Amino acid sequence: MPAQLSDTLTTPAAALRREGFLGQAQRFSRDPLGMLGLILVTLIILAAIFADILAPYGPAAIDVKARLAAPTFEHPLGTDQLGRDVLSRVLYGGRIALEVALVCISVSLGLGLVLGMLAGYGPRWLDNALILIFDAVRSFPVIMFALAVVTLVGPSLETIELIIIVTSIPGYARIVRTQTLSLKNNEFILAERSLGAGIWRVLSVHIMPNVIGPLLILASMDVPVVVTIEAGLSFLGLGVRPPTPSWGSILNDGYAFIRNTPWLVIAGGVPLILTTLGFTFLGEALRDIFDPKLRKG
Amino acid sequence: MAELLTVQDLVVRFRTMGLFKALVRGVRDPFIDAVLGVSFAMKSGETFGLVGESGSGKTTLGRAINGLVTAQAGSIRFDGQEVLDLGEKALKPIRRDVAMMFQDPVASLSPRLTVRSLLTEPFRIHGLHDRDLNGEARRLLGLVGLNESFFGRYPHELSGGQARRVGVARALSLSPKLIIADEPTAGLDVSVQGEVLNLMARLQRELGLTYLVITHNLPVIRHISDRIAIMYLGRFVETGPTGTVFRRPYHPYTKALIAAVPEPDPDRRREIIKLTGEVPSLAKRPKGCEFHTRCPFAQVKCRTETPQPQQMADGHWVRCHFPLAAPTADAA
Repeated sequence: MPAQLSDTLTTPAAALRREGFLGQAQRFSRDPLGMLGLILVTLIILAAIFADILAPYGPAAIDVKARLAAPTFEHPLGTDQLGRDVLSRVLYGGRIALEVALVCISVSLGLGLVLGMLAGYGPRWLDNALILIFDAVRSFPVIMFALAVVTLVGPSLETIELIIIVTSIPGYARIVRTQTLSLKNNEFILAERSLGAGIWRVLSVHIMPNVIGPLLILASMDVPVVVTIEAGLSFLGLGVRPPTPSWGSILNDGYAFIRNTPWLVIAGGVPLILTTLGFTFLGEALRDIFDPKLRKG
Repeated sequence: MAELLTVQDLVVRFRTMGLFKALVRGVRDPFIDAVLGVSFAMKSGETFGLVGESGSGKTTLGRAINGLVTAQAGSIRFDGQEVLDLGEKALKPIRRDVAMMFQDPVASLSPRLTVRSLLTEPFRIHGLHDRDLNGEARRLLGLVGLNESFFGRYPHELSGGQARRVGVARALSLSPKLIIADEPTAGLDVSVQGEVLNLMARLQRELGLTYLVITHNLPVIRHISDRIAIMYLGRFVETGPTGTVFRRPYHPYTKALIAAVPEPDPDRRREIIKLTGEVPSLAKRPKGCEFHTRCPFAQVKCRTETPQPQQMADGHWVRCHFPLAAPTADAA
């Protein structure tokens, strides 16, 4: 898969592509931060997938006798104010965080890709209209927008996902639009049009493969952003509803009981930090290898 | 033989600024005429050459015939059918019959497709799924002297000459009647240029193709065309059979162009017309004869009156008030 990430528009990337997949893997393995990111991301994803096997208890199982307990052999990360095992909740919370990230990023990436290509390739008025909408959406402060929507619709996982999707489409769409604009008048597009290719064929067969690379790198760097928004809203009580575990609500519990135990804050905060670091390192390493020109603005 | 392509008084205009900007600046006509009142006809099986400097509108003219740019006025009849006002959908069958070759051999191939996919793409576009696509691709590669070992290659893995051959093969894929070749030799070294031209000539003989060749390369055009037209600022200044135009140019511009081609024989004496100055901007098209700003023989009449085309010999037209009279020294 990563072999397809490179970008034809940049000559260094074209040169790199000739090294083939092995050469790129070798370059990647020489980047210590990138390797660290890859390891962290793999561990986090594995932990989320196998949460029900790894977790010693159910995420909502209550052990009334041991409330706010410090770590023991029975509860490796202690328990919360209701006596629920924190390790289990952290593992299941990771599931929620990654699920939100996966759903939101794939949906907004897909929509952003289509809208961006339409804006770049379509008629001028469509471009202007779409750009106006993108910029209007981008100009909302995300958290304020989220608070307003949650107040109107009520907090739920779907609401969070909707908010994140709506606010991240413009970022992807803008990147795709710029790339499409620069490809639009290339001779190979003219050549396909002169053969009679319609707009959908040109977009899906000839433009998409050339814009998708940088987009996937950007998406991997956006995972921590989405995870943090989910955790942030859940921390504020506007996200995932209890008793569903989320890193944000674990943090919030920890905040409320910080005088009794520090373990809740640590258990909710460390996975957030590791996820952010892991995906950022991975994304930056991928970017440096495949697309040195792309810098997130 | 019936005319395959007839172009009448074709005008292609490009907008230079938006409506609002033009209104604010008080520009009444925010357009430039890239092609202005061009007429010609092509017979089936002939090669028509279009010559001119950069910006003379020759590429635009070629693209207008295929519908890649929209013409504002005039008429383009292909095989008896008017193409000018057709929408994208109605153009599709026409585009099967009019294939194009583009200037840059490598950049005109979609970079993420293999040679095999590039060659089968035309069949997919036109929904011809019942054909044996691999067989067709093999046949096309064979036509241009390449073989199946190229199937898996990407455009960046091809040399300029190979990419040009793939471009020719793609242009041939739907058995077109007319091929518009925009600078078929650009970016190739001279030996490869020769190969490509010979290949094109052979395919014309074997498949009965009609070519519209667009180039600024006079030796190339002299080598392959039956008739040529010289373009200057979107107009034809001279049209005629290739041999006659080269031997006996009537327009000073044509003569200057021919004189500017390097001559391998140092002893040969030539009458040279030196052109001074630059090609005027299309936005500030000179009044009268467009060429008067650079013409060494310009007179008062040239500044005010636009010359009309006049026939000097059979099929040899020139658009000049004072066509060159004296036979030229390098008449061969």
